[in-house]
Amino acid sequence: MTADKVTIARQFIELIPHARALGMQIMEIADGMAEISMPYDERFIGDPKTGVIHGGAVSALMDTCGGAAVMSHPDAPAGTATIDLRIDYMRAATPGQTITARAEVYHITRSVAFVRATACDDDTDRPVATATGAFTVEGS
Amino acid sequence: MERKAPEPVQVVKQRRDAALNALVSGVPYITFMGISFDRRGDELTGLLSFDDKLIGNPMLPAIHGGVTAAFLEVTAVISLSWAYIWEDFESGALDVEALAAGDLPRLPKTIDFTVDYLRSGLPRDAYARATITRAGRRYASVQAIAWQDNRDRPFAQATAHFLMPRDD
Repeated sequence: MTADKVTIARQFIELIPHARALGMQIMEIADGMAEISMPYDERFIGDPKTGVIHGGAVSALMDTCGGAAVMSHPDAPAGTATIDLRIDYMRAATPGQTITARAEVYHITRSVAFVRATACDDDTDRPVATATGAFTVEGS
Repeated sequence: MERKAPEPVQVVKQRRDAALNALVSGVPYITFMGISFDRRGDELTGLLSFDDKLIGNPMLPAIHGGVTAAFLEVTAVISLSWAYIWEDFESGALDVEALAAGDLPRLPKTIDFTVDYLRSGLPRDAYARATITRAGRRYASVQAIAWQDNRDRPFAQATAHFLMPRDD
């Protein structure tokens, strides 16, 4: 994979309005793998009693990260769209901590990319959530 | 035997709207996303008001898949919580004024959530409804569906499982 492709994928993700609205930051992106962080923000609280971030914001992070992984894959010529995404919520993310998702394309065909992702807060031994998804491979 | 007079309509509406408002406005993320709820009796419809910050692909443009997932999840959680407290605020066991003052019930926790993307979300308002297929004491199964122009042409659907709050 060329360095140009990584740059294009990075630029595209950084320009996504909703990714910006959630304050997402690309930590790493290369060859079918992406790591994206979402710092804690009180506007994203889902349970006012505990201050825990809403699952929806975690879903958006997982989806963006999965899409970024597909876009950076050497066999994916252009864009991608999510076909389906399943998220398992293992535990509540600790309030105040950044959530970081890491996604990898574990198999890709001409039409479909299969993705796995894990989201963690500061305690990286115990994931907050995991996800599996299928994404389209477009432009081939 | 004398029958109890039914409650005046405004009393019924005020109580139900106050309970719904307390449930929805207490969650910062729902406000951030611009999601509101329309109520007809006990039936809720989620409303996602379009905003540029909801875009996921600026070239198409299309609503972010994460936004669609979040909208379905919010609709599922609120619909489930709403059904869970309905009997209690209708009977008076749950005080709506205390609810409105911020004494909210504990919310169900999402165990897992699966979303199918059926077509791309257009840059306009979206609507969603949730169906509780099973409401057990500990676990609940909920399905949700979202559409834009035509109810018959949904752009996404979801299946979710929730852990219900414990009564203690």
